[in-house]
Amino acid sequence: MTDHTLPSALADIRDDFLALEQRERLEMLLEFSNELPELPARYQEHPDLFERVVECQSPVYIFVEVEPDSVVHLYATAPKEAPTTRGFASILVQGIDGLTVDEVLGIPDDFPNTLGLTAAVSPLRIRGMTALLGRTKRQIRERIAA
Amino acid sequence: MTVETDRSEKFAAYAHPERLVSGDWLEAHLGEPGLVVVESDEDVLLYETGHIPGSVKIDWHTDLNDPVQRDYIDGAAFAELVAGKGISRDSTVVIYGDKNNWWAAYALWVFTLFGHDDVRLLDGGRDKWIAEGRPITTDRTVTDAATYPVVERRDDAIRAFKDDVLAHFGHPLIDVRSPEEYSGERTTAPAYPEEGALRAGHIPTAANVPWAKAAADDGTFKPVAELDAIYRDGAGLEQGEPVIAYCRIGERSSHTWFVLTHLLGFENVRNYDGSWTEWGSAVRVPIATGAEPGAAPSTTPAK
Repeated sequence: MTDHTLPSALADIRDDFLALEQRERLEMLLEFSNELPELPARYQEHPDLFERVVECQSPVYIFVEVEPDSVVHLYATAPKEAPTTRGFASILVQGIDGLTVDEVLGIPDDFPNTLGLTAAVSPLRIRGMTALLGRTKRQIRERIAA
Repeated sequence: MTVETDRSEKFAAYAHPERLVSGDWLEAHLGEPGLVVVESDEDVLLYETGHIPGSVKIDWHTDLNDPVQRDYIDGAAFAELVAGKGISRDSTVVIYGDKNNWWAAYALWVFTLFGHDDVRLLDGGRDKWIAEGRPITTDRTVTDAATYPVVERRDDAIRAFKDDVLAHFGHPLIDVRSPEEYSGERTTAPAYPEEGALRAGHIPTAANVPWAKAAADDGTFKPVAELDAIYRDGAGLEQGEPVIAYCRIGERSSHTWFVLTHLLGFENVRNYDGSWTEWGSAVRVPIATGAEPGAAPSTTPAK
């Protein structure tokens, strides 16, 4: 995998995970889970805009906003009873927000597999995060094509 | 040392009432010597967001499955795992979890593979405990490591493999997946990730009884009369007949295995944990599609 296309915010998150022991990685994922921002008020009343990530075992919804100057904002919502899924969403929200369209589309699709969480969380569960990233990119392509 | 059983009236009607405890019972017995409370959830982080005080976590995937081979851990790994959680061979283990005890029942079934004698479920699981306002904490549980013997896993009594299922035609099979998975419209539970089965449908002759039918709205097990109506009258199970239950990877069918074995008293129930992710990808095994069970194959296909 080449590194030069991975935006620095995501690279930092990855490096933080890899610096920890397995058990601590799970704790950091929980911290991310607790940090998932609430939806901005203008979206809280518009569940219709959000797309369900059906690959995740828990109900998680995402919505991508692309500003005229190509800056991307990712919004996600997932229940408190699904902390792992919330953690995955929070990593992407924090790592992607404010990047440009090209930067987000350039994120390697296997980024979720590089966080060192496979053993702590299981490969099956990591697939949910891969789907989150894939659907985020697809929404961006749809927005810029529109 | 075993802890006394819960003598609730509701449980007394079940075949093995000692396999269940109520929230009242557990809250009253928390901290008692010989009792270890285990949380087992679908979400690997849910325990960390708050758990029953003093409970330990066992994860179905990262703890109970072998990391390389598609199998459960062996006796040495099980002994190391549970000893580290403070569990001895004679501990009373009470397991609870999310989603109607779906994964808790799976963990209980794996404990049974190792012949752990006294293992019980908290009726209603995690959600009911929280809904009743019982104590929850995020404090890390500190346990003294116990000693646990290395016990060889015994698969033959309660676990079925693909060849066992092929030899089982003529006896009842229970498919506990959703009607959509059973009929062949899809290979995974609605809203669940694809876990890889090449073909859709069900094992011929299997009756479709979705696992959650055994649970009431509050996640507790239904009373015995309602369970009889579902499994004896509805699915036609008769006492004395061997039964095999299956789902997608053997977790939902663990819940049904618990109901048939411990609540209704069937004595020869096996869980086919290869389930649809194996059967639906295996070469030359018979498959039926649609809402009807379908007929048993006239000849057994080549193995």
